[in-house]
Amino acid sequence: MAGGKTLELDRREVVARLLADAGELLVVTGLGSATWDCVTVMDRDLNFYLRGAMGSASSMGLGLALAQPQRRVLVITGDAEIMMTAGALATIAAQGPKNLSIVVLDNEAYGETGMQPSLTASGADLAAMAAAAGFQLAETVWDEAALARALPAILTGDGPALHAVKVKAGNYPHAMPPGDGATLKDRFRLALLGPDAAA
Amino acid sequence: MTDWPKDIYDVLKEAGIAQVSYVPDAGQARLIEMCDTDNEIRAIPLATELEGIGIAAGAWLGGQRAALLMQSSGVGNCINAFTLLKNCRFPFLCVVSMRGEFGEGNPWQMPMGQATGKLLEIMGLVVYWARRPEDVRPTMEAAIQIAFSAMNPVAVVLSQQLIGAKTYG
Repeated sequence: MAGGKTLELDRREVVARLLADAGELLVVTGLGSATWDCVTVMDRDLNFYLRGAMGSASSMGLGLALAQPQRRVLVITGDAEIMMTAGALATIAAQGPKNLSIVVLDNEAYGETGMQPSLTASGADLAAMAAAAGFQLAETVWDEAALARALPAILTGDGPALHAVKVKAGNYPHAMPPGDGATLKDRFRLALLGPDAAA
Repeated sequence: MTDWPKDIYDVLKEAGIAQVSYVPDAGQARLIEMCDTDNEIRAIPLATELEGIGIAAGAWLGGQRAALLMQSSGVGNCINAFTLLKNCRFPFLCVVSMRGEFGEGNPWQMPMGQATGKLLEIMGLVVYWARRPEDVRPTMEAAIQIAFSAMNPVAVVLSQQLIGAKTYG
């Protein structure tokens, strides 16, 4: 409850809003709840789910955004996942991919390990960190009205963008991705690249 | 005399490597400069080496090939991120320049340098050592095959016999 504000948004509803018109959106999710959320809300071939390698989601988004500059890339991850490689925010800002958006589902806790408070609970401000690193756009989203305002920028605005969306702590049931890492990687490439995926 | 940094660069180009991420090391300074000034290569300076693994995986998802350049110290920063490569069978190529190996003068480099090759192997990378200038090109060519045809993560390790040990006063 950083700054004494109440966490009120529901993470699954936030993800549902993000993916409502996913279309050609390229999505990478960070391990833990962000992956379970996206599997549950809308599993699709152009979602790639991490279930490990903590700290790698934003970097995967960068490599993908640079490889596919005409497509919007959305990274959906947790606050502790992105905090682990906070320096990567500077790496991303230096490359300046306009097509990369990062949405942090910031519940101020380690949801997978017993809801221990994370560093954002102590006041660390991920949007301010992204802005200081040089992100084109960085905002904290506290409520439904702010989320509605932010959605166009998240999905079509000039990046790199980071939105720290404050969500209620609390876990939904796990939802496993439909296959192992290699399967998910291959289906993503087939959907995106078609016959060129073999190269 | 064999210009081995140019050989590495040439093989990266021939293999169509589009993204080269790195934390700088003196042993790869010329190679990094060549990548930085090449308009067809996206050169990506990193805050920490493990970012280069995610970047390479993301690049591959998007249809591009990538490589990571780092000093042996950086291998230690990568260990858990390497699991991404094996879990998903991502192709991956890194070029590691050694410290703490052959004729090192800095004791702080020794523990990581002595562990580097073993750690890479433990994490499932194929490890090729290059010790002589004339070995660099064929070693790089073999590594490209391992990464992008055999689909196994691979490290080309540049010995201090090749790059020379840093001297201290």
